[in-house]
Amino acid sequence: MKGNFIDNLPKVYGIYTGGFIGFIIIMAIAEQMGMTAKAIGIAFVAFTVFIYALIGWLSRTAQADAYYVAGRQVPTVFNGMATAADWMSGASFVAMAGGIYFKGYGYMALLVGWTGGYVLVASLLAPYLRKFGCYTVPDFIGTRYGGNLARFSAVVVLTVASFTYVTAQINATGTIASVALDIPFQYAVYVGLISILLCSMLGGMRGVTWTQVAQYIVLIIAYLLPVFWISNKMGAGFFPHFMLADEVARIGELEQQFGFVKNAAADLKSVPKGLAGITKAHSAVNATPWAFISLALAMMMGTASLPHVMMRYFTTPSVKAARKSVGWSLFFIFLLYSSAPMLATLSKLSLIDPNLPTGIIGKTFAEVEAIDWYQNWNQANLMFISDFNGNGTLELNEFFMGGKAVVLATPEIAGLPYVISGLVAAGGMAAAMSTADGLILAIANAISHDVYYKIIDPKAETAKRLLVARVLLVIIGFAGATIAAMEIQGILGSVIWAFDFAMSGLFFPLVLGVWWKRANRQGAVAGMLGGLIAGAWYLVWVRTGGSGFLGITQLTFGIFGSAVSLVLMVIVSLMTAEPDKATQKMVDDVRVPSGKSILGKSH
Amino acid sequence: MSNQQKHWEKTRGLLFITLAIWFVFSIGIFLFGAEMNEVTGPFGYPWTYWFTCQGSLGAFVILIFWFANRQEKIDEEFGFSEREDE
Repeated sequence: MKGNFIDNLPKVYGIYTGGFIGFIIIMAIAEQMGMTAKAIGIAFVAFTVFIYALIGWLSRTAQADAYYVAGRQVPTVFNGMATAADWMSGASFVAMAGGIYFKGYGYMALLVGWTGGYVLVASLLAPYLRKFGCYTVPDFIGTRYGGNLARFSAVVVLTVASFTYVTAQINATGTIASVALDIPFQYAVYVGLISILLCSMLGGMRGVTWTQVAQYIVLIIAYLLPVFWISNKMGAGFFPHFMLADEVARIGELEQQFGFVKNAAADLKSVPKGLAGITKAHSAVNATPWAFISLALAMMMGTASLPHVMMRYFTTPSVKAARKSVGWSLFFIFLLYSSAPMLATLSKLSLIDPNLPTGIIGKTFAEVEAIDWYQNWNQANLMFISDFNGNGTLELNEFFMGGKAVVLATPEIAGLPYVISGLVAAGGMAAAMSTADGLILAIANAISHDVYYKIIDPKAETAKRLLVARVLLVIIGFAGATIAAMEIQGILGSVIWAFDFAMSGLFFPLVLGVWWKRANRQGAVAGMLGGLIAGAWYLVWVRTGGSGFLGITQLTFGIFGSAVSLVLMVIVSLMTAEPDKATQKMVDDVRVPSGKSILGKSH
Repeated sequence: MSNQQKHWEKTRGLLFITLAIWFVFSIGIFLFGAEMNEVTGPFGYPWTYWFTCQGSLGAFVILIFWFANRQEKIDEEFGFSEREDE
């Protein structure tokens, strides 16, 4: 191929996408010829991980600029794809449709929150931080406010939030690797970790960028193909997003007909941990306005404070490109998020509608227990039925399922070939890996650049800096995997906590750094540490039986944390001296897109 | 008022408009979620349900591109747009 790599990107990824579709077709043919389900699963995961590792190796670099910000030459649309993969984690891919399936409207606040946050990113922060020319988010805080304490505080908040998040992603990678490769979870976690490190270790941000684009392509095909296929197979509509109104209404009818029968506590004890029944309406409004809005708001402000997302916009060629790139990111995210409720609808209807051949409610227990897919997923601990009322037929309240089953099991329930399940496993793996890569890199870069280079050894040579960065990458990865292997908390819970931690400590110090010239070092440090401590205190308080206030729950504690952060930052800033002339000039320069970046090209 | 101050004033104005639209789609409409869901909306879905599935999400995508274009116009107007384009 002629010309440089950047100019050839559409061609390179076009060929890659074609090759991947070719691979799916080959697998489909192999399945017809008798390839086993297990072999297909292994082939999908192994093939895709091999490709990512190859990209990671081809992107290896010895330059600081390429390692930290991919040389600042990633075109808008491709950066959009990379950000979408960076953003959509194992939780989005595997757990989101399940959450909507079980909790309906109240849960969909996450859809609104995880997209609306990008408006804040585009308008309040991304273009200005791009103009600043920093390598990491603490780099901005450290230079804008000045002083090692401010820089270090930002590293602390970043590490707390990102580390909470990354254990969940390594957990998800391990779960999928253990199912697809059929190895115990404790080992699968490390297989997942090694795959993750292969993408990021040699090429840093450059390697992660080009693997994330590849991972986005895999995950979006893996999510959309089954949704469209199932919808067409069920006769629900050829374009599900515009055509499922009847199905949504039908679920409402069935809910009325069956009613939500409350199970006795003693009966529920027999249900395996992690499985749930349908207890909430599908499309009716089932949450108070504040419950919905507070969750959405927490996720939106968290989005704008998460460093692994923000640092993706440091890689664009210009300020203008950074703004547009946020739009593209959200467009690519929208493709998956708007499909999740459709998948939840199709999945639910196919299970509960007695008029459909796949429906199991109303069948006898003997009939359901004889179904192949029921046996498989019951064995995998993701489905469970129990005849509580002893009448011999399955009622809505007697059927239990795990949240992951909506994405993982629906293709099989709808009677799609196994090749689709293999594809879904590869998609889930791509989603979890890409997010884990972004997060581990964010933490390792912050510690290597901001703590090691800027605070400990400012004279270090590039080779030494990059060596430290890589060693940290491995250490943080293994620490994350070790905690993930302990399986302390669920995937989704810890993801939401990460958003709350990030917004508690970073939202206002970042935003006010650009939009309020008077904000100074003392205020920022008070805001970061005070916010983080207040948020963490609230979480611990509610977790240990505290009643909470204003309807703020353990999922939205960031609202309290960030409010404390804002108040502290304003009061302390106003009580201390205003920033010096040089800093005020710096803020003025950040607000203008043209001209040199604040920090030099390689600082 | 210097050129730069005027530019920032306009930029801030655009921010407020953008945040106001953002507020409507992320918070405003969900204050009336229960009432609005009684009405049939686009493609036959109930209104609130449609907003949470597609409407608000799509509005955010359009809003960001609209914002980016407006901001570019403002930057051009005051001669602050970057020279080295992609």
